[in-house]
Amino acid sequence: MWLFVAGLIVFFGGGVVSLLMRMSPRLASMVGCVAAVTGSLLALGSAAHVLFTGQAAHVTMAWQIPFGSLALGIDSLSAIFVVPIAVIVAVAAIYGGQYLPSSYRSSVIGPSWFFFNLLAATMLLVVVARNGLLFLLCWEGMSLASFFLVLTDHERERTQRAAWIYLAAMHLGTACLLVLFLLLGRSSGDLDFERFTCEPGSAGILFLLAVVGFGTKAGFIPVHVWLPEAHPAAPSHVSAVMSGVMIKTGIYGLLRILTFLGDVPSWSGWTLVVVGVLSGILGVLFALAQHDLKKLLAYHSVENIGIIVIGLGVGLLGLAHRIPPMAVLGFAGAMLHVLNHALFKSLLFLGAGAVQHGTGTRDIDRLGGLLKKMPVTGTTFLVGACAISGLPPLNGFVSELLIYLGVLTGVADSSRVAEVGWALLCVLVVGGLALIGGLAAACFTKAFGCAFLGEPRSEDAERGHEVGAAMRASMVVLAGACFLVALTGPIWPYVYGSAVVAVAPASFHGEVQAAIEQSRFPLMVVCVSSWAFLAMVGLLAMVRRALLSGRQVDRVPTWDCGYAAPTPRMQYTASSFASPILLLFRMFFRPRIGQHLPTGLFPKQASFESETPDVFREYLFEPVFSAVAWTALRLRWLQHGRLQLYVLYIALTILVLFIWKLG
Amino acid sequence: MTSWLDATLVLLILTSLWLLGSSRLQACIRAVAFQGLLVGLIPLLSKWPEISLRLGGVAVLSMAIKAIVLPAMLRRAVREANVLNEVQPLIGFTTSLLLGIALWGLAMHIAGRLPVQTLNVSAILVPVAIFTVLCGLLLIVSRNTAVMQVIGYLGLENGIYVFGWAFAIEEPLLVEMGVLLDVFVAVFVMGITMHHLSREFDTIETDELSSLKD
Repeated sequence: MWLFVAGLIVFFGGGVVSLLMRMSPRLASMVGCVAAVTGSLLALGSAAHVLFTGQAAHVTMAWQIPFGSLALGIDSLSAIFVVPIAVIVAVAAIYGGQYLPSSYRSSVIGPSWFFFNLLAATMLLVVVARNGLLFLLCWEGMSLASFFLVLTDHERERTQRAAWIYLAAMHLGTACLLVLFLLLGRSSGDLDFERFTCEPGSAGILFLLAVVGFGTKAGFIPVHVWLPEAHPAAPSHVSAVMSGVMIKTGIYGLLRILTFLGDVPSWSGWTLVVVGVLSGILGVLFALAQHDLKKLLAYHSVENIGIIVIGLGVGLLGLAHRIPPMAVLGFAGAMLHVLNHALFKSLLFLGAGAVQHGTGTRDIDRLGGLLKKMPVTGTTFLVGACAISGLPPLNGFVSELLIYLGVLTGVADSSRVAEVGWALLCVLVVGGLALIGGLAAACFTKAFGCAFLGEPRSEDAERGHEVGAAMRASMVVLAGACFLVALTGPIWPYVYGSAVVAVAPASFHGEVQAAIEQSRFPLMVVCVSSWAFLAMVGLLAMVRRALLSGRQVDRVPTWDCGYAAPTPRMQYTASSFASPILLLFRMFFRPRIGQHLPTGLFPKQASFESETPDVFREYLFEPVFSAVAWTALRLRWLQHGRLQLYVLYIALTILVLFIWKLG
Repeated sequence: MTSWLDATLVLLILTSLWLLGSSRLQACIRAVAFQGLLVGLIPLLSKWPEISLRLGGVAVLSMAIKAIVLPAMLRRAVREANVLNEVQPLIGFTTSLLLGIALWGLAMHIAGRLPVQTLNVSAILVPVAIFTVLCGLLLIVSRNTAVMQVIGYLGLENGIYVFGWAFAIEEPLLVEMGVLLDVFVAVFVMGITMHHLSREFDTIETDELSSLKD
């Protein structure tokens, strides 16, 4: 535990030092990067200790704040969130050490590292805090640090808009959390987690508050609107951290609250399943419609959070209906997907940053043919794309498989197999997950195919070049980790078992171990076939090499059926590739399609373009916020800009209160 | 010592009225410095003759800051911003004085009904504290220049000091030191505002700030 505290001190110290080094941005960057990596390693060390020994660590320090206590603790639930945070922060810091100085003005470097380290430290504090007030303070600190990181490129109007949307969304979420913690602490008069109790009958409202409050951070639909704005605006290594791990603190919060609630009603599991399926399908559909690489990835975060929430919902249903294997597999799948999504989504964001760095644009329609110019970025991006689509032998497959197994074992449970609701659940979860996986594969075919294959569509893409060694190394590490998780599949349910025990009620604990044993066989099959698949690929590569050795290998343009004057404009664009699927699902979201179809025998002009704004932002949040702004404008006369009258308002209020109270 | 304490409190009321009725900036600064001195004397007089080293030290320190340092900073700000030596009131001096007398009545009224135990050294300690606070607020509201608002703020703070003392809270001086720090910062901020105001608008009237609203 002290290792962990030392890590926090390194984060804060390194951040402050890099902030103070205004004179030398290079040195500031180095200090910030080294501090972030060191701090992460220290935190990782203490989390690994907890996971391996199975002993939770606690530390409490004196703190002179009412209702607050500086109580930190790492149990297995915290540890499995500390691990992805520490890993991703370290990798992103190494990437940022090279990316930030070469892409941004030197005046923002120091502050950017300060907020990066602050974000890392507050994220870690959020998952180990054991006091409501401390939790909320760190939660706010995390939101503010990432707000300033989103504002790194603060002179552009789009960035400012994105940052304001983000800030507003975070505060709406925190408002719910404040009420939630006050309700939990009401009976004991104390905000320490140990003494949180759920008054009988209030579990439902507490659960809903947690879903809205934490869901805003995690990006559940329809409160996901800040994600597609803020992620593209931030520097890429920050997007990797925000999308890879920061939004997962919302999942952590939800799980932690579940440990206080005890027995939850069955409808809460249904709520999560429905929210998860909605977030998953709509997230991936919106992603399919985007042309900005980072915005596309941001919508995929909504999708993957949806998958995690489906897992949580399955787990809760397992708890509510007393089916231990279902609960264990659902929760374990969700928790493993937290780690997996952190790995591959960060990898993809770093890849998108490399593309932007190499070509100067993120518009998929202006890229193309980058695999030849950026082989490392391209290959690692492909690995990430396969992983996020849930394809074996990569990690995304393992966690989704656990969720599938969870719902299938639950549905096959003999006592309930005939119930209508259960069949519906099966259709909803299995069908939803399958649809999500298929659409994600389509989406990444589009993103990877249009950006990395074919011919360059613009001069920017033609000038593209591979990025520096540190940036490449961090992407390779993450791609390797994606394989590693998949190839060690069977050990994960054991690692996550103790965290599942933390969420499950005490009466369940004996059965958890048996349920974990049950999941070993399918995972073993997956693991062995993955190894076999990789061995076969390696063998084929060696055969190819042996056959080609001693021969001359030529590289020529793709054969174009003998057409004499091909141009890059003859390729599929991102819009045209996605158009059939978009039209199929157009009832869910309203793409604006501008088309000018070719007419006549020798058409000269033809065009097609599609743009898909976020339905929820346009038709739900914008009307509400416009109404609030309209009301606020009516009160404008109070704001006259005269200092004296402002003071007079305050003085009169105090006097009226005095006279009213003392009469 | 009670008679001395009462005399000091009466002087405190008079300086507040002096602040309300004075038309010269320099006179106001002198008045608020004098008020700081009186306020610093109150703990010493009410505890006389058992004065601990700590009490004496804090009292002397606060007198030094309120009667010497802050007024000196104000004088310097006035000199550097080239301000006219006139108080520009939004309401006239006579009206201010009449309002001040009304405030005294109000302070007596409020003090009589406060449901709290106070230090039993003088009957008018609490009313004087409230009166000083209210006069400070009145100054802030009814004067036009930034300097006068700082002076009002100082008066307000003096009132809070007396108030804190009247209740003999466990650590009143600690709280007081915190408030004093606020005032210190406020004087700095006002100084900067005045500097910018006089550069942008050739005046330090805060009314001009309203032209900045969008």
